[in-house]
Amino acid sequence: MSQINRQRLVGFVHKEWLQVVRDPSSIIVAVVLPLFLLFVLGYGVSLDAKHLPLAVVIETAAPEAHDFYAALQAGDYLVPRIVASRPEAADLLRAGQVKGIAILADDFGLTSNGAAPIQVLVNGTDGNTARLMQGYVQGAWAAWRAHRQHTNPTLQTPSIAVQSRVWFNETVDSHKSIIPGLIAVIMTLIGALLTALVIAREWERGTMEALLTTPLTKAELIIGKLVPYFVLGMGGMTVSVTVALALFDIGFRGSLIVLLIAASSFMMTVLGFGLMVSTLTRNQFVASIMAITGTMMPALMLSGFIFDIRSMPVVVQVVSAIVPARYFVEILKTLFLAGNVWSVIVPNTFALMAMATLFLAITFRKTRRKLS
Amino acid sequence: MSVTANQGSWRWREALGRILFLVRREFLTIWRDKRIRSVLILPPIIQLFLFSYAATFEVNHVPLAVFNEDMSLESRDLVAKFTASPTFTDTARITSMHEGQDLIERGRVLMLLRVPANFAHVLKSGGTPTVQVIVDGRQSNTALIALGYVGSIIEDYSRERAQSLGQKLPTPVLVQRAWFNANMISQWFIVPGIVASLTMIVATIITALSIAREKELGTFEQLLVTPLRPYEILIGKVVPAVVLALGEGLVLALMGIWFFGVPLRGDVAIIVLGLVVFLVSVTSCGLMISALTSTQQQAQIAAFCFIMPCVILSGFTTPIENMPGWVQAITYLNPLRYVLVINRGVFLQDMPLLVALNQVWPMALIGLATGTGAILLFRRRVF
Amino acid sequence: MPTGLRFRAISKTFVTETRKVQALNDVSGEMMPGKITGLVGPDGAGKTTLVRVLAGLLDADSGDVSLSEKGSTARIAYMPQKFGLYEDLSVAENMTLYADLNGLNPDLRNQRFAELNRFTGLGPFQHRLAGNLSGGMKQKLGLACTLIVAPDILLLDEPSVGVDPVSRRELWSMVRALQGTGIAVLWTTAYLDEADGCDQVILLYEGAVLDHGAPGDISAQVAQRTWRVVLPGAETMRKRDVQRAAMALPGVVDAQIKGRNLRIVMAEDGVAPPTSLSNLAALRQFTPTPTPPQFEDAYLAAMRKKNLVASSAAPTLAVDERGTAAAQDIVIETQDLSKRFGTFTAVDRFSFAVRRGEIFGLLGPNGAGKSTTFKMLCGLVPPSSGSALVAGFDLATARADARGRIGYMAQKFAYVAHLSVAQNMEFAGGVYGLSGEGLKTRARAVAIEFGLTPFLDQNCGELPLGIKQRMALACAVMHKPDILFLDEPTSGVDPVTRRDFWSRLNAMADDGTTILITSHFLDEAEYCDRMSIIYRGRQIAAGSPDDIKSAQNGAEGTLEEAFIRLIEAHDRAEPDTRADAA
Repeated sequence: MSQINRQRLVGFVHKEWLQVVRDPSSIIVAVVLPLFLLFVLGYGVSLDAKHLPLAVVIETAAPEAHDFYAALQAGDYLVPRIVASRPEAADLLRAGQVKGIAILADDFGLTSNGAAPIQVLVNGTDGNTARLMQGYVQGAWAAWRAHRQHTNPTLQTPSIAVQSRVWFNETVDSHKSIIPGLIAVIMTLIGALLTALVIAREWERGTMEALLTTPLTKAELIIGKLVPYFVLGMGGMTVSVTVALALFDIGFRGSLIVLLIAASSFMMTVLGFGLMVSTLTRNQFVASIMAITGTMMPALMLSGFIFDIRSMPVVVQVVSAIVPARYFVEILKTLFLAGNVWSVIVPNTFALMAMATLFLAITFRKTRRKLS
Repeated sequence: MSVTANQGSWRWREALGRILFLVRREFLTIWRDKRIRSVLILPPIIQLFLFSYAATFEVNHVPLAVFNEDMSLESRDLVAKFTASPTFTDTARITSMHEGQDLIERGRVLMLLRVPANFAHVLKSGGTPTVQVIVDGRQSNTALIALGYVGSIIEDYSRERAQSLGQKLPTPVLVQRAWFNANMISQWFIVPGIVASLTMIVATIITALSIAREKELGTFEQLLVTPLRPYEILIGKVVPAVVLALGEGLVLALMGIWFFGVPLRGDVAIIVLGLVVFLVSVTSCGLMISALTSTQQQAQIAAFCFIMPCVILSGFTTPIENMPGWVQAITYLNPLRYVLVINRGVFLQDMPLLVALNQVWPMALIGLATGTGAILLFRRRVF
Repeated sequence: MPTGLRFRAISKTFVTETRKVQALNDVSGEMMPGKITGLVGPDGAGKTTLVRVLAGLLDADSGDVSLSEKGSTARIAYMPQKFGLYEDLSVAENMTLYADLNGLNPDLRNQRFAELNRFTGLGPFQHRLAGNLSGGMKQKLGLACTLIVAPDILLLDEPSVGVDPVSRRELWSMVRALQGTGIAVLWTTAYLDEADGCDQVILLYEGAVLDHGAPGDISAQVAQRTWRVVLPGAETMRKRDVQRAAMALPGVVDAQIKGRNLRIVMAEDGVAPPTSLSNLAALRQFTPTPTPPQFEDAYLAAMRKKNLVASSAAPTLAVDERGTAAAQDIVIETQDLSKRFGTFTAVDRFSFAVRRGEIFGLLGPNGAGKSTTFKMLCGLVPPSSGSALVAGFDLATARADARGRIGYMAQKFAYVAHLSVAQNMEFAGGVYGLSGEGLKTRARAVAIEFGLTPFLDQNCGELPLGIKQRMALACAVMHKPDILFLDEPTSGVDPVTRRDFWSRLNAMADDGTTILITSHFLDEAEYCDRMSIIYRGRQIAAGSPDDIKSAQNGAEGTLEEAFIRLIEAHDRAEPDTRADAA
């Protein structure tokens, strides 16, 4: 077992801290970078497809057609415009100037049996926008129908009303679900960037050999490398959470102490990942590439920050279990939007702690008191 | 006069020769180091598979809790419509709203469907019964799409019921279809984007980090004392990165076609053209980073600051149209946004060359600006 | 109770990607308390591996290390070659770190620091960042950090590398001062002249012990073979010509110029060297007298006896025929060349001129401005003011053209480690415009000339240092440059390789290549035609080696003595005012 001596540990942490303070790049990475990313990406990442342009081809003279058009105009989801012909609409769709086409054929609006359908074509290239578009048109159509039934009781048919409520995010504002996730994704990267090079650098600069000649133990070395970056990382986290609350009106329903505990576990996990990469490679170039490819895209794609993990194939869901951001995304979304839901927070925090332990255990095992 | 012309062409041939030797050296440097080779080539291929499956906005198997207070035939029919749909998975039958609230909070179910006790009664008496739907909004997009599905299932139910009762449908029905990607398969949309994003990461890392590494190892100085001019060194760094990333991009694209069945409807030459111009502009940015930094750590941070916003603000995962105006304006500086349009357009919509060129020239302009910037910075920094 | 350290039959093999390297083969020895044991050998001999095994940082494959006093305990301190000073931490911060890590009682800290500062002379620089110290001061700080808690056994790995002669003397006297405390010291070095300062020596070569014993005893083995010739003061005679002619005499294993003397080592005991250098008019007839042997002589003789190295008869590299008529051409000329970084003046109004075919030395301690001058001449750093003409090109306007005419060998081995020797050579030729058959022919010729043929397919990162250095020079001359810039080319290289290297340089200079070389090996500076000594950015002496020596202490002394006097005189006249206010 590795022992810990207070004087050695304090001395080593002090040295590491001096280096952090002398080199502004760590502080920039920990504080300025998350601010910049949160600002640009927080505003930039949005799934709220609004004002989608829609071409409407009206081939009928029936007055209901214009009622329908008016229904499409209601709300700020669709921006319909009337075009003269189907080919013209098709061209606009192809060129990306409209996201869909609604066609009201000339037998539209007949109240007798067998009314012609309203055709809606969407651009399926972007499946998500297409699906949202379909939903919006469907909504407009339902509203139009309800209006018709209301004004003309002879059209009464059995129907069912849906009273829907969206919990935790009443206005279905995607920022509310994205910003907490974004904090997790950004801090994953910051944590890895902070520590990915710190051990490789000691090896490349030859200072590791001198450290090995002292009684400094493995535990002291690893703790000494964690403490200063933990402080920095948590500083960055505080700044991010504060800015997220100030800039984006998303509210916070959990308790700050729970956030502190979960964030600390998460920070240990990502710093542990960086230290592990640094220890395993002992080479700044390879460690850099591993840190970028190993954190950025996985955190973006597999954390549930944008793409819902529940919709992924089982194999990918299993792989996502080793992405630390995934657990923290879940915790942050719950704390920001729902509150202290223990059944979400406890298992996810434990998962983070387990991962932190794993990464640090690997780092510990692979740290050698000898050269090889 | 002809003498000077000859001398001019001789100078060019000399410069070309020098650049070719440098290009060869760069390839060897990347290829002969096993570790570099593996970290640059393996991850993109694994990530293509993982991410293509992961990046889906399709909503399937949404865990659903049903609170059916009306034990009538009609209500059971309606519930069956939900549970039979591939979109929803019948996860829990509950007997109180309190239970439902707990399930949603814990994330066990995403949606709660409550059918009121008077459902059948109201329906049969010609009225409009109200069903209650509660969705977990923590994942807003999923919530929105699930709500859309609820609408169409209820609609189907009412129409079928009307038909079975022999009632006329007074209102035109809605028939929706999707062009270019009839089943709206996410992979068709995401694979062309992944191809571009992953090649961008590879190309940026090679250029931004490799010069910083050479500076740290001292080999860069050795290059600078040769007759290689600054721009020749830059070309020598750009070409291998572009060729390597292009090769990797094409391999990834082929995998997308074979494995995910992404249709290639347009001309592959347009994709190559787009990727080449894109990669040149990206590597120029990488070179600018390398001119501004002197250590690998700085280069890593700078490369990261460049790649991350580029990927996120490109329309790769979320549409540019959704962004606020000022962010949309920024995205015009992002080369990835243009190549995404080309890739998706050529793959799925048979985008013609002339349309593609509209996307090519902005990338060329970005490449020209950053390339010039890199040369200027480079001259100042190294000399 | 003072104790020594004993090691028996140590063997160690390293496995790289492609090969197995036996670093140590059955090495035994002992460090005695109160004695300095020298571990002497060229780079790649296995010195560092042995020291790391002794320090407990590396496990040997076989053999054992034990304290010579059974049952005693000892504190072993180790100073690695590149001591791990944190360059972004100050002197005091570095010392505090190592005090804490070694568990020095904080109450004793101030007293211990005061002692060490007195010892190292770093007192006035407490708040200076370690990165801003000179090479010598860094080593002193490294030593202070190593000694923070007084050790019983002190292992020093090449403490004098990168240290100028003045600092080197100071380091030696610091370590000698420790001897009184009964401490056992291991001093490793590639510099054979340091062996004489040790109480006993272990001579290591290619992982095995070549010889061991008191340095005097080792030297005495060649006592009957060393001769001395006093050279006449003929100004027309170039020392390197004399050396080369003497090397070619039958029965001679080594010939070196030391000041006014030509030292000759013979292969056989008691055989007098020939008394004539027929091809040199000035030395048609001379009388060798026996002279006391030096450690280096014994080393060379031992190496030759074991046939470990081929005789380094001067190879002649085919360089273009260049008219001798142009021998007086000035090919490098600087006029008030200056470089300032912020407020710091690295090079201050430096003017000199080098003629075609000359070997010109740029000498000075670390940080004197040698490298900066060099970089300005190679076009790597723009001058702040003044001008430089290289090969007829003004560096301010035609840098790329000038670069095409020069060959450059950096101080640090700067070639991509994963490229093979052949690939590096082809690239070196290719970027200077060679191609096709011409490139192949030239690469083949250079490889043969430099004895690189057996290594062509090896990754250059895995080569032993001597071969690396040969490859670097081969790459620098692929394009037959008019001017060769060599920045500290022989640091850390063993004497045999160094002789080899110089004979190549001589041959090239004779063929009209102009050579500009920096060095802090003052004995090899003897072979320069002319030199310039710079200190703190300024030229403090210039001329031929003899001019410089006679200006200081008469021609009898060595160049090193002259150098140290010059620096001391300069320091007295202008003390370094850059010390921090405490």
